[in-house]
Amino acid sequence: MASDPGARMAVELIDIHKEYGPLKANQGISICFAPGYIHGILGENGAGKSTLMKVLAGFTPKTRGLIRIDGSNTEYQTPAEVSRLGIGMLYQEPVDFPVLSVLENFMIGQTRGFWLNRMATQKRFESLCLHLEFSLPPETPVQKLTTGERQQLEIIRLLSLGANVLILDEPTTGISSFQKETLFQALKALAKEGKTLILVSHKLEDIERLCDRVSVLRKGRVTGEMERPFDTETLLKMMFGSVPSPLKPSQTAAGAPLLNMENVSATGDRAGLRGCSVVIREKEVVALAGLEGSGQGVFLRLAAGLKVPTSGAIRLQGEPMAGKDCIAYQNKGVTFLPTSRLEEGLITGLTISEHFALKASHGFRVRWNDAEQQAQARIEQFRIKGKPGMPVESLSGGNQQRLLLSFLPDAPSLLLLEKPTRGLDLESTLWVWEHLYHYREKKTAIVFSSSELEEILMVADRILVFFNGGVIRDIKTAQTDVHDLGRAIAGKA
Amino acid sequence: MSGLEWILLLSGVVSGATPILLATLGETLTEKAGFVNLSLDGTVLLSAMVAFMVAFETQNAILGFLAACLVGALVAAVVVLFSLWLGQSQVAVGFVLTLTTRDLAYFLGNPYTRLHGPQFSTFPIPFLSDIPVLGPIFFHHNWMVYAGLALIGFCWAYIYRTPMGLRLRAVGESPKASFARGDNPAKLQWVYALAGGVLVGAAGAAFSLCVKPGWGRPQGAEGTGWIALALVIFGGWHPVRAAAGAYLFSLLQVLGIYFQGWIPSVPAQVFQVAPFPLMILTLLIIAYARKTATQEAARRRLWMKSFLDFFSGTAPSALGKPYRLESF
Ligand SMILES: Nc1ncnc2c1ncn2[C@@H]1O[C@H](COP(=O)(O)OP(=O)(O)OP(=O)(O)O)[C@@H](O)[C@H]1O
Ligand SMILES: [Mg+2]
Repeated sequence: MASDPGARMAVELIDIHKEYGPLKANQGISICFAPGYIHGILGENGAGKSTLMKVLAGFTPKTRGLIRIDGSNTEYQTPAEVSRLGIGMLYQEPVDFPVLSVLENFMIGQTRGFWLNRMATQKRFESLCLHLEFSLPPETPVQKLTTGERQQLEIIRLLSLGANVLILDEPTTGISSFQKETLFQALKALAKEGKTLILVSHKLEDIERLCDRVSVLRKGRVTGEMERPFDTETLLKMMFGSVPSPLKPSQTAAGAPLLNMENVSATGDRAGLRGCSVVIREKEVVALAGLEGSGQGVFLRLAAGLKVPTSGAIRLQGEPMAGKDCIAYQNKGVTFLPTSRLEEGLITGLTISEHFALKASHGFRVRWNDAEQQAQARIEQFRIKGKPGMPVESLSGGNQQRLLLSFLPDAPSLLLLEKPTRGLDLESTLWVWEHLYHYREKKTAIVFSSSELEEILMVADRILVFFNGGVIRDIKTAQTDVHDLGRAIAGKA
Repeated sequence: MSGLEWILLLSGVVSGATPILLATLGETLTEKAGFVNLSLDGTVLLSAMVAFMVAFETQNAILGFLAACLVGALVAAVVVLFSLWLGQSQVAVGFVLTLTTRDLAYFLGNPYTRLHGPQFSTFPIPFLSDIPVLGPIFFHHNWMVYAGLALIGFCWAYIYRTPMGLRLRAVGESPKASFARGDNPAKLQWVYALAGGVLVGAAGAAFSLCVKPGWGRPQGAEGTGWIALALVIFGGWHPVRAAAGAYLFSLLQVLGIYFQGWIPSVPAQVFQVAPFPLMILTLLIIAYARKTATQEAARRRLWMKSFLDFFSGTAPSALGKPYRLESF
């Protein structure tokens, strides 16, 4: 609980060091956060932003350094002490209780006393939801929510805790541009009330829109600070050392039909999928746009054979796929990359090498040397910041994504990617797409979902707009723009 | 069978279930926190022995009961010590302890075999015990039986209706998130392991001071701990369902005795072991109920859905995996 709601708190980090064994994640970072301001922390993947914030939130002990709150030195070991001080944090990867309901998740950590007051809590929860225009079903288990919705829940919870210092680690990765707008309004209002806000992001546009000042991190050090008005070029140089070069457009004519969906319906997500008829051709890059859970996830899982349609027909390379399982889809070269990295894609607790060993080993013997070499090669090729022996959960978010991409087969026929660049910084995003474009030479079709309109417009040939479980638009990228697309996503097509 | 006989039978089921019920509720509490105490079976025996020994020496059943609870807590404390603090496997430590405590019980209890000692006497609850049928079944017992009954409701309310219970479920689901929300996962786990241990100790006392008074070898309490562990799963980690399982098991046992009388041609052992395969069957049903295909099929059939819902408990996600705080 916040010690004194409405109190203005200044937080100073002085010469913070954090070392994970030989790896230096933070090397002498000093930043001053003032009340009433929205302070951005900008930096490329693996710069050490999350580490610094976890130190501030008491989740990770620092190696060295000083934290000063309102001018007095403060030592703490646990998030409990920190939340009593009035500091709350939204973690980058959801830290919640998947089996428990939304409302229970909301309550944990903020209810004391003898009896759970569900009614009152639910009222507060619903009014907060309404305020931010989030729609979260209180009784649903959190594991049925999308990653974005889980972040929304955390944001609401933190607001309800009444923290004076709010740390948001990448709060915009999982929400739509509309929800982003409402969230930003809410954050601005909170800053006006005198709260100290820290927004961690690798997205320049978010920082530029919202923040009053920004500190840029690179390789564990502060490489620069800037106040409004920001200069994009300078910020990019601080982030990456140089301005990344833009993506080279790659236009190729679409080939033969690869995937046919005829009037397909299925359950799942919130809205399911209804009466979807779509043709995907070879060499095409197709974006699935839409609000969280409007049917994109179901579409991708249907196309991967992970879900069975309740009605309609799916054909792959002309062959009807009714009654076939996902192995049959895989044999036809369909590859699916889900969004929740640590839950569906990677195995927590195993190291990078062990992941390669899993992929490569047949028979009884694990070929550790091969796996290690392969891991090392891929780490270099995909420029992953990590060592073969590191467990995957200790990689930074962006590097986990790079690792997942490095597992993709050489020549798939259809690549299904769920938010492939979620959490990736600009340089990495460009790098990933350049990498993905190479697949087109092998006739691969790429279907991806994304909540970033800029990304969609930059890389896709064709866009399918999902709304409430249906495809309401099927349009060539050249024939639309940000504004038009934004309206379509909101259902105003 | 006459009505009176039925009432007697059910009354026997209610009182006979008490030890298993207490042990099951205790283990449910412990496992809800994500901690596994496998030492149940031996602990029940040891605490039964200690309860009788202390009660015999002091001629005071209450003291015996308290000593048993202490023994339960102590054994749980040993599991906690080795697993939470010394980083050993909970399963291994619990398993070794279950064997150790069992031998210890028979070794220390030797001088006390087949003696007559104090026990808890029947205390019919005024007015309630006069209700026809229900009165004799539920309200004509000793206080441990009542305590067991009350504890079902208490556990349920505690786990699902109080903030403390919510934190308990939270730590069992994700100690990491629990830590991030300001709790101390290790502390919560040892607290509930000890609380569960106290109940397991009480289960032992319920044997030697009520259900099967006295001490002997073999004691009737053997196997109780294992059944309790199975019942926790049967109950889907839900105290009320686990309690229902305890009564079901008790019913099967009592029926076994009756059937033996009715159908003497079937060997007695069949009825003695029948409850065990029945338990395995329920475990199968539970596993089946969780399949999505089954749930899709049940969507259209109401009775099937409610049936499946009853069995669809899931284990706390972090069960048996202690959380290590990030080291400096
Ligand atoms: N628990 C850990 N053990 C070992 N190394 C870690 C651990 N957590 C983070 N690291 C390393 O510390 C560095 C900084 O990681 P951090 O998560 O802070 O990056 P970030 O700036 O948040 O990046 P992103 O934008 O991808 O989220 C990375 O190289 C990462 O691999
Ligand atoms: Mg991060």
